[in-house]
Amino acid sequence: MNPRRILAIAYKETLQVWRDPRSLAIALLMPLMQMVLLGYGISLDIKHVPLCLYDQENSQTSREMLRDFTASGWFKTAAILDSNRAVRAAMDNATCIGALVIPVNFSRVLAQTGQAQVQAVFDGTDANTTNIATGYAQGVIAQTAATFARRWDAQHGLRPPTAGSINLQSRVWYNETLDSRNFIIPGVVAIILALVGAQLTSLTVAREWERGTMEQLISTPVTSTELLIGKLSPYFLIGLLDAAFCLLTAAFWFHVPFRGSVLTLIFTTALFGIVVMGIGYLLSVRIHNQLGASQIALMLTMLPIAMLSGYTFPLDQMPAAIRAISFLVYARYYVTLLRDEFLKGSSLTEMASSIAALLAYAVAVLWLAARAFRKRLE
Amino acid sequence: MNIAPAVIAKGLTKKFGTFTAVDHLDLEIAKGEVAGFIGPNGAGKSTTIRLLCGLLRPTSGSASVAGYDIVRQPDIVRLHIGYMSQKFSLYGDLTVHENLRFFAGIYQVPRQQIPERIAFAVSMAGLEGREGALVRTLAGGWKQRLALGCAILHRPPVLFLDEPTSGVEPEARRRFWDLIHTLAADGVTILVSTHYMDEAEYCNRIALIDAGKLIALGSPGELRRHELGGQLFELECATLGATLAAVRQAPGVIEAAIFADKLHVLLRAGTSGAALLARLAAQGMEAGPIRAILPSLEDVFVQLVSRRQEAGP
Repeated sequence: MNPRRILAIAYKETLQVWRDPRSLAIALLMPLMQMVLLGYGISLDIKHVPLCLYDQENSQTSREMLRDFTASGWFKTAAILDSNRAVRAAMDNATCIGALVIPVNFSRVLAQTGQAQVQAVFDGTDANTTNIATGYAQGVIAQTAATFARRWDAQHGLRPPTAGSINLQSRVWYNETLDSRNFIIPGVVAIILALVGAQLTSLTVAREWERGTMEQLISTPVTSTELLIGKLSPYFLIGLLDAAFCLLTAAFWFHVPFRGSVLTLIFTTALFGIVVMGIGYLLSVRIHNQLGASQIALMLTMLPIAMLSGYTFPLDQMPAAIRAISFLVYARYYVTLLRDEFLKGSSLTEMASSIAALLAYAVAVLWLAARAFRKRLE
Repeated sequence: MNIAPAVIAKGLTKKFGTFTAVDHLDLEIAKGEVAGFIGPNGAGKSTTIRLLCGLLRPTSGSASVAGYDIVRQPDIVRLHIGYMSQKFSLYGDLTVHENLRFFAGIYQVPRQQIPERIAFAVSMAGLEGREGALVRTLAGGWKQRLALGCAILHRPPVLFLDEPTSGVEPEARRRFWDLIHTLAADGVTILVSTHYMDEAEYCNRIALIDAGKLIALGSPGELRRHELGGQLFELECATLGATLAAVRQAPGVIEAAIFADKLHVLLRAGTSGAALLARLAAQGMEAGPIRAILPSLEDVFVQLVSRRQEAGP
């Protein structure tokens, strides 16, 4: 291995990236774009669900109930309706995704029996949103019901039962505000690093084959290890800079709490960078065509990372077979580590197994990549 | 001083599937020689050069370059050769200087010698003042000379040039051959392939190649004098077709063919042109004069190829 040859290749590669608008765009614009798109675009929290109200009774009690709904912050009033047909029409044309119907004898029944029913209708097309909205509605109703119950008890001279009631004191750890952004953004960093790293490196060797410069290069004494190191090192630096940009944005712009060690973060990010770039390089060596290599790199990085890294879709909810496959997805270890470092502030021993898995991947990919390149034309 | 041949090939063979690109090639090129590979496209010239550079692995046979085996020591071979591929293969998005700098680094040219070597390559290519130009903006002749400059930065003892002048205008081709001879005068062994027959005359020795086989080897003079196995005559005549038919029937004629508005007739040694003329006159043909000529390399090549084809595969 000769440092001068590695340096010559690294310098040449840097010049080429600098002069190639496509590579430059991937290196500089993509992280920014993705961070904005994914950082702002993806949120699992639902606020201001458009809700239609159909109050058949229009009493003081029923209005009080509706007020509780709008005051909760989860719902906003999309329209106030006066017939069942209007409710159907509003749901059909997506004016609202839910409707609250208060029956005509609501307050009378409540006053007489201490129990009453309201009807909530939801658009089930988007099951996820509806699930969450139903949960919110139950929460609001439970609160209102409790208020009504206390009042009813007082009016009827009953004291609230002092025994046999269990009070839930819930506290959330790590992501105290239960903001889904805190959960998603560390994963976004992994997506961006994989995208940029594999895309850039998938072009690097294929470009030489495509332009015919490879024939000259392999007639020189350069070795395949020198080529690997020389070609990857500039991209590795670019990848680390991009990662730093994304991580800083996550911490200081999106205010994702950071509780781990910066050193561990840098180390694990470097490992992940080596894995994705090694994969891109391997593809580039095997597929002598820039477009083909970058397409396959996209498939091999984005798809499994988006689906199986646990970045948005929780892995523990998946069927066992798919969860087993996810253990092969190198990104899941990095996504786990990112969440450990950002939200949990886990210790090294707690993260050891994930780090070891990532390290094993990095070593394996580098080993394959160094051997993949053959200095022959066939 | 080492006087072993710079390039030795023994039974060198390369097959791609069922196609034999290079067929049991035997060759020796002496140190400091300018050896030309001449043959039509697809004759196996490029494949042979790629084999000798270690870019392809031979199917059978062996070869050594600068004393090193191309199969067992390809990386040592690469330290001792310069190679210019048929397709231009420098980096178009780098400048002249950046390309030279890159190859100087790859070939580990000693640091203190880099400025001097690069200056030499630039002046050789006639690119003074254009060191900062992107290579893709250069015209063909300059590109070729720059590629040669990159290939000799490390002063290799053996240089392989694969059709270096194809697609280059005549003036630039002449300049290129001057460079080749300057290098050869310094003791560099050069193997150059071309399909321009006129360029063959610039070589010390020529290997004629067809369908992967070496069909003749010698200096241009030797090939022209001896390869045909007879004396070539140029015959003027009134009716080309009829005369050609008559000439082919005549005794002592090895081969006859139309060349522009004349006939080229190859007569066996001892047969005289005058006798042929007399025979034609007796048949009532208007022909003459006839004179002995030295065949061009093209004549030799066409003759040898057609004879091989008649002999059958």
